[in-house]
Amino acid sequence: MKGLSRDRLWSIAVLLPSILLLAVFVYGFIARTVYVSLTDWGNDPAQALALDPIIRWVGLANYQELFTGFLQGRFRQELVNTIFFTLFFILGCLGLGLGLALVLDRNPRGEGLWRTIFLFPMSLSFIVTGTIWRWMLQPQGGVNQFPNAVGLPAGQFSWLSSTDAVWKFDWNALPLITASVVGLVLILLAVRAARAGDRTRAIVSGLCAALLLGWALFIGPNVRLLPAPELHGFNLALIGIIIAAVWQMSGYTMALYLAGLRGIPEELREAAKVDGASDFGMYRHVIFPLLAPITLSAMIILGHISLKIFDLVYAMTGPDNTYTSVPALNMYLTSFRQNQFALGAAIGTILLILVAFVIVPYLTSSFRGEEGHA
Amino acid sequence: MKKALLIAAALTVTGTASAAGKLEIFSWWSGDEGPALDALVKLYKQRYPTVAVDNATVSGGAGTNAKAVLKTRMLGGTPPDSFQVHAGQELIGTWVVANRMEDLSGLFKSEGWDKAFPKDVIGLLSAKGGIWSVPVNVHRSNVMWYNPAKLKAWGVTAPKTWAEFLTTCNTLKAKGVAAPLVVGENWTQQHLWESVMIGTLGAQGWQNLWTGKTKFTDPKVVQGFTTFGRVMDCANKDASGLSWQQASDRIADGTSAFNIMGDWAAGYFTTTKKLQPNTGFGFTPSPGTSGTFVMLADSFGLPKGAKNRTEALNWLRLMGSKAGQDAFNPLKGSIAARTDSDLSKYNTYSRSAAADWKRNKIVGSLVHGAVAPESFMSAFGAVIDQFVASKNAQGAAAAAQQLATRSGIGQ
Repeated sequence: MKGLSRDRLWSIAVLLPSILLLAVFVYGFIARTVYVSLTDWGNDPAQALALDPIIRWVGLANYQELFTGFLQGRFRQELVNTIFFTLFFILGCLGLGLGLALVLDRNPRGEGLWRTIFLFPMSLSFIVTGTIWRWMLQPQGGVNQFPNAVGLPAGQFSWLSSTDAVWKFDWNALPLITASVVGLVLILLAVRAARAGDRTRAIVSGLCAALLLGWALFIGPNVRLLPAPELHGFNLALIGIIIAAVWQMSGYTMALYLAGLRGIPEELREAAKVDGASDFGMYRHVIFPLLAPITLSAMIILGHISLKIFDLVYAMTGPDNTYTSVPALNMYLTSFRQNQFALGAAIGTILLILVAFVIVPYLTSSFRGEEGHA
Repeated sequence: MKKALLIAAALTVTGTASAAGKLEIFSWWSGDEGPALDALVKLYKQRYPTVAVDNATVSGGAGTNAKAVLKTRMLGGTPPDSFQVHAGQELIGTWVVANRMEDLSGLFKSEGWDKAFPKDVIGLLSAKGGIWSVPVNVHRSNVMWYNPAKLKAWGVTAPKTWAEFLTTCNTLKAKGVAAPLVVGENWTQQHLWESVMIGTLGAQGWQNLWTGKTKFTDPKVVQGFTTFGRVMDCANKDASGLSWQQASDRIADGTSAFNIMGDWAAGYFTTTKKLQPNTGFGFTPSPGTSGTFVMLADSFGLPKGAKNRTEALNWLRLMGSKAGQDAFNPLKGSIAARTDSDLSKYNTYSRSAAADWKRNKIVGSLVHGAVAPESFMSAFGAVIDQFVASKNAQGAAAAAQQLATRSGIGQ
């Protein structure tokens, strides 16, 4: 009678409310959003806010509009912005966080104080961080005035208002680029598998890579998403936002790394020293490999923060600056200013998929790990 | 203890007795604009002392936050009794087409407002055979601000057409003025675009654009885009980092020569910067638009299903009256929408604007919600941004036309 034991009943009674709330307010609403994204709600202004709107099923038309529609260039720029932002934000946080942690690990004087100072920015909300950094990155003040202090002319870089971009590419080349990148990754996997002696795996990945690269070479160049070339790149104004975001979150990675460093047993270091490892060699071969799991979890946390970032950008460059905009901002504007609920829901769904790309592999691996321990 | 209970009981009794009616007013007027609204509420309480007025202000510039709250309330079935909205298509294209507003033509007729307000204004407020909101104030969007002393020093005058503007711009650049024109963040660029377009197309051409008679792909409109691109070449490069106040500062300190901004800039110059009109700052209609008054107005409408309909109608009656408008506008820094207001209550700039209001051809502003619905305006910002980056006039015009079709303009 295990199923009816008191403990069990209690646990069910205690868990039930949160399960119900989660089912409705998380999963129910996700389902609802995905459904709305497949309709035309809001495409006709007369129906958008009507008491009893007529909503029609349109399939994937909204997604098609976002990726290939003439009017949605802003969204595509935002996707590119997100990718660059995520890349530099994660690299910046990991690099700075690790650096700080390594310095603090050498037990400098006033270590506790430094730790607090470095961790402090994390206690602020992104809105506050954004406002402070917006002041500092004003074109005629703040950071640009620093050279004045040593008698040099003021800096001219427009941190948040630059409209220049580097590394531009034509959106039409996107299928080609994606196929090539995925193909190269697959080749890498195939080579690795072959080295490890896993023959089936090597053959499967090799074949997939060949297929993709073949497609990229012969069919890819003829695929045209847009009637005219549309250039997207890394907008220089994003640099200011990345600096603020790294400032805010690198303390957090520092804390993670510091915990990891302190968790490495002293015996290992001593053993390495006895074996004649130099300082550099010890870090390279002993300590950094042990920090790899921490890097992974930091990347997951930072990755999903950067994909759904909204408030920092809103505070720093406002909602209407398309050069620095991100999908979350566009989702808000599309839904609540333009009343295009279906299109907004489609952007939301794309964001969810992007975040899922980061989170799901992590979740599966950690679930597997737990089962393995059990 | 007993005493306290008695007092409390007495208070509730008198409370309910005096509050014979209730009225909830929804607006985004807070801060600097709060006193103007308070003046109106005070007047309302004098006339209807038994009504409890609930001032439901949601602060935030241009009503961005208020509009989002309003949407939640309307969709949730608890509309405020009367809410603020920019007069014209912002209301019509959003709430009137969704069949959520009450027609106010009856009120306009019974109060004689058909004659009190200029005919062009009634036209902007009308659609689908009804009149949908009561304008309480008027702002002008097509004003060019400049620094008179600096212009004298540079030896130029305020240009009258956009062609002349471009020549002046070159002269100034030759004299070492890096950015003869100052613009700010995205919406101020749209604001400039609107002035360039009206200066290029003329008032009638501008109206045709919004009735669908002229397409955005029309060569004249494309020409307007090209001109706008050249005008933007005269502007500062750090535009998107500046608020309109920071842009106005550059006129005051003489770093830039011209700025196109609405007439709230007059309030900023006189009140915040302590400058005198005509000496500290100069103003003239933006190039090519003399004789045209590009208006935007705050107005109040009556949503269907308002709980206190009678009180709300009385509120609207007060807002449209001469007394109401003259109590509100001098404090707000705008002018009355009525043509019979008491000009002695206004400052120098407002008097000149009020005089133009009576004489000029009146057309609506795009960026401030008079001629196009929110769905157009909000997405149009991205079109302008892309145009400023690419300078592709054909492409921008085609994108604008697609947006217009999507938003139901000219249908």
